[in-house]
Amino acid sequence: MALFAKTRTTHEDPVMLAARRRQHSADPIERLMANGSLKPKSLGENIPFNKKVRPSMTAGDRTVSIIINVILVLVVIATLYPLWFVVIASFSNPTSVAAGTVTVLPKNVTWVGYAKVFANARIWRGYMNTILYSVLGTAVNMAVTIPCAFALSRREFKPRRVILFLFTVTMFIGGGLIPNYLLYKSLGINNTMWVFILPGAVSVYNVIVARSFFETSIPEELHDAAQIDGLSYFGYFFRIVLPLSSAILAVIGLYYFVGHWNDFMTGLIFITDDTKQPLQVVLQQLLLVAQGTGTNVDAAAQQQAADQIKFGIIIVSTAPLLILYPFLQKYFNKGVMLGAVKG
Amino acid sequence: MAHSQARAIQAPTAANRRKTGLLNKIADHFSRYWQLWILASPALFFIALFAYVPMWGILLAFREFNPSQGLTGGAWVGMKYFTQFFHSPLFGEIMTNTIRISLWTLVMGFIFPIILALLINQIGSKKVKGFVQTITYMPHFISVVVIVSMINIFLTPGTGILGRFFGSESLMGNPDQITNVYWISEVWQHCGWNSIIYLAALAGVDTSLYEAAKIDGAGRLSIIRYVDFPAILPTCSILLIMTMGSVLNVGFDKIFLMQNALNLPATEVISTYTYKIGILNGQYSYSTAIGLFNTLVNFVFLISANAIAKRVSDQSIF
Repeated sequence: MALFAKTRTTHEDPVMLAARRRQHSADPIERLMANGSLKPKSLGENIPFNKKVRPSMTAGDRTVSIIINVILVLVVIATLYPLWFVVIASFSNPTSVAAGTVTVLPKNVTWVGYAKVFANARIWRGYMNTILYSVLGTAVNMAVTIPCAFALSRREFKPRRVILFLFTVTMFIGGGLIPNYLLYKSLGINNTMWVFILPGAVSVYNVIVARSFFETSIPEELHDAAQIDGLSYFGYFFRIVLPLSSAILAVIGLYYFVGHWNDFMTGLIFITDDTKQPLQVVLQQLLLVAQGTGTNVDAAAQQQAADQIKFGIIIVSTAPLLILYPFLQKYFNKGVMLGAVKG
Repeated sequence: MAHSQARAIQAPTAANRRKTGLLNKIADHFSRYWQLWILASPALFFIALFAYVPMWGILLAFREFNPSQGLTGGAWVGMKYFTQFFHSPLFGEIMTNTIRISLWTLVMGFIFPIILALLINQIGSKKVKGFVQTITYMPHFISVVVIVSMINIFLTPGTGILGRFFGSESLMGNPDQITNVYWISEVWQHCGWNSIIYLAALAGVDTSLYEAAKIDGAGRLSIIRYVDFPAILPTCSILLIMTMGSVLNVGFDKIFLMQNALNLPATEVISTYTYKIGILNGQYSYSTAIGLFNTLVNFVFLISANAIAKRVSDQSIF
C-alpha cells in the first residue's frame, strides 16, 4: 500500500505523465494502454517488493523445499563425482586407487600414467587426425549450413517450403548403412579424410535451428533498410546478418565440432588405414579392446597399472572440450530453445 | 512442368500461352532470387547426394548384390532377404533385445529430464541455478568411447568404485543387468542436457499464474503440479512423438562398445547386427533388408504416435 501511495504522489514521474497524456489521447489504443489493459507484462523480478517481509511458509512447504534441495545436491554429486574421480585417479598411486583409499583427494601423487600417455605415438597421431577432421569438417559444415539456413529464412523465397520438407524427410528416412557404404565406395571417399567431412556436411537439425534464429532474431526492418540502400541478398547476408548472428554461429559451430570430435562410428566403419584413424578409434583400441572383459577378480591386480593409464587417456582426450565448454555455455539455452521451434 | 505438359496435349493454343507465362514466371523468379539459390545450393547438393542417393540404394534389399553392376544392380529377388531375416534363429533374440533396451532408454530418458527441469526450476538463486545447469550439462559432451570405458573401469569387480559392491562378477558380463547399466548411464549422461528444453518452456510461464496460485493458497507442490507441469505438457508430447520415431534405434556406438562375449545374448541389436552382417561379412543385400525393415517400423511408430497425439491433445509435428 505504501508503495502505491508513493508512486501516486510523485507528479514528476515521466511514466505517469505520459500515461495521463495518453488518457486524453484520441487514439483508442493509447487510451487502452493508459488504463492498463494493454500494459506489457512485467517480469516478476521487476515488481518491487518489501524485503523485510518474508512470505510465510507452511511446514509442508518447508519440507518440500528441503527434499528438493537434498535431491538437487545428490544429482550434482552423482554427476560430478565420477568425473572428479577420473581426474584424481589419473595422478594417484594405482595401488591406492584399487584399494579404494582414493576418495575425495588424490593420494601418493605420481605422474607415471601421464608420462606413458604422452609417450604413446598412436595417441598423438589420433589427436592430430581428429584436430584436422574437426577443424576442417566444422569449417565446411558452417560454410554450407549457415547460407542455406539464411536462404530458407526469407519469407518471400517461395520454394523454401518444398526444400524444408525434403530436408526434414531425411531426418526420419535414410538409406541405411550399406547403401551409404557403397555410395562412399563408388565416390572413392572410403578410407580418406573426406569421409569425415563431406557426408555429414549438412545436419538438417542445425539448418532448422539457424533458420529459426534468422527468422525470429533479425528484425525484418533491417532487410527493408538494406533493400532501400540497394544491397543485394549477398550484401545483406554477409554485411548485416552474419555480424549480428555470433550467438547462433557459436552454438552451431560447437554442435558440429563436438560431433566431429566424438565421432567414433565413421572411423570404425569407413577407415581401414591405421594412420588415418581419429582419436576415438585409437581410444577404443587402447581402452576397450586391450582390456578384455574384465570379469575375473584375479586379473584385477594386473589391471591396476593399466587403469591409471586409462584415466590419463580419458583426461587427455576429453580436456579440450571441457575447457571450451564454460565459454560457450551461456549460448546453449538459446540454441536448444530455437531448435524447439516447430520446423 | 508435368502438369503443363499434360495440358499441352489437350489444348495446344492455350498451353502455348500458359507455357510462356510459366517460363516468364520462372525467369522472373530466378532473376529475383538467384542469389538465394546460390546460397542454398551447396546444402541442396549435399542432401541430394548423401541422403537421397542412398535412399535409391534401398532397392538393393530386393536385389542380389552384384559388384560389377553397381549400387542397385543384380537380379531381382523380391522379399527373399526379408523372409530370411524373419526366419533366422537370431530374429527373436535381436528384436527383443532391441525393443527392451530402447524402450527402457526411451521411457527413462523421457521421464528424468522432466523431473530434473521441474526441480531446477524450483531453485530461487540465479547463480545456484546456473551452477547446477552447468554441472548437469557437462557429461553430454563426453564421447561414447570414454563413457563406456569409464563404465568398464568403475564396474571392475573388486577394485572399481561401483564394482566392489556387486560381488566378484562384473555387471558388464551379466546379460540380465546390462540393460540397466545401459539406460542408467544414458540417463546420467544426457538427463541434464535434455532438460534444457523444458527449462526454456518453464521460463516462459506467466508469473501472474504463480501469484494467482499463491493467493488461492497453493503450496509449493501444488504450484509444481498445477502450474509448472501443465506448462511443459505440450513440449513433452512433441518430444514423445519425436522419440517414438526411434523405437527400434539403439544407438550403434554405445551398445557396440559395451558388447563382450558374455553379454552378447542380451546386447545384439539390429544396428550392430546390420554392421556385422553387412560390413564384416559382406552380405550387402541381407544387411540392407534388415536396415530397411528397421526404418519402416520406426516410421510406422512415428506416424501412429503423431496421429494419436493429434487426436488426443491437438499436438503434432506434421
